[in-house]
Amino acid sequence: MITAIAIVRLRSLYAVAMLTGIYSLLSASVFVVLDAVDVAFTEAAVGAGFSTVLMLSTLALLPSHTEKRPRHRPVLPLIVVIATGLVLVYGTLDMPHWGDPDAPVHKHVAPYYLDASPSEIGIPNVVTSVLASYRAYDTLGEVTVIFTAGVGVLVLLGRRRGRRKEDTKK
Amino acid sequence: MRHLLVLRVVAKLLIPLVLLFALYVQFHGEYGPGGGFQAGVIFAAGFILYALVFELETAQTVAPPALLRGLMATGMLIYAGVGIGSLLFGGHFLDYNVLLDDPVQGQHLGIILIELGVGITVASTLIIIFYSFVGRRR
Repeated sequence: MITAIAIVRLRSLYAVAMLTGIYSLLSASVFVVLDAVDVAFTEAAVGAGFSTVLMLSTLALLPSHTEKRPRHRPVLPLIVVIATGLVLVYGTLDMPHWGDPDAPVHKHVAPYYLDASPSEIGIPNVVTSVLASYRAYDTLGEVTVIFTAGVGVLVLLGRRRGRRKEDTKK
Repeated sequence: MRHLLVLRVVAKLLIPLVLLFALYVQFHGEYGPGGGFQAGVIFAAGFILYALVFELETAQTVAPPALLRGLMATGMLIYAGVGIGSLLFGGHFLDYNVLLDDPVQGQHLGIILIELGVGITVASTLIIIFYSFVGRRR
């Protein structure tokens, strides 16, 4: 929370990039506390490691490393944000309690996965058996998304200046 | 960053452990937390640390971009190939039960193969994104 406020207040982009990394590391530890170790791995490696490195390497390309002070007044956006936040909090009042076994999310296919996974798949980690077997289509889609992202970056940034000159010569 | 002695020594100590941990997460994903995606991300993070400390050119001699481009597609092909393979064996798309005689063993094989595909694609994609961002400086 303090980190988030500091990110908003600070104007030095290097400090902001480092603080977002710290924020990711903190949320990774929150995920560990919530027993979601898989998500914590991902958050620590991607959020704290990879995206911080990407942000820093992008900053190294920029001429100026400080953000300009915005001219407009932040009152109206602040009101909109607070109103949206209040509506969202109001929405959570109808949600089932945290960890409630009668919650709809635990009533649909989750009991079947938990019951059938040991006999059908036979591996101890139910998260893996859901991701890789029962929901393999979705995971295939996710891998395709990552692959497409890589191809997109390659198409946009992958060509060096020297090669482009060669291309125009041809 | 070649001249920073402390960074170089610490990185040399850390990188093998990070890569080993990535492989552990990859192949132990059925038993412990983790799986292909996490393993690929951790592997890429370890490799990016290497590229940061020991210059981009050194890293690119270890893993040339052309190889990584190939690996990106290879991972996808392994994943989709398992799906096509299960079609050929007479099951549904990505239905691993038919891969081997014993359905449970077939599930094991299918999961290991697709996690391998996921890991390869994720690791090589992340490293190649890093290459193309950092390579722009020159």
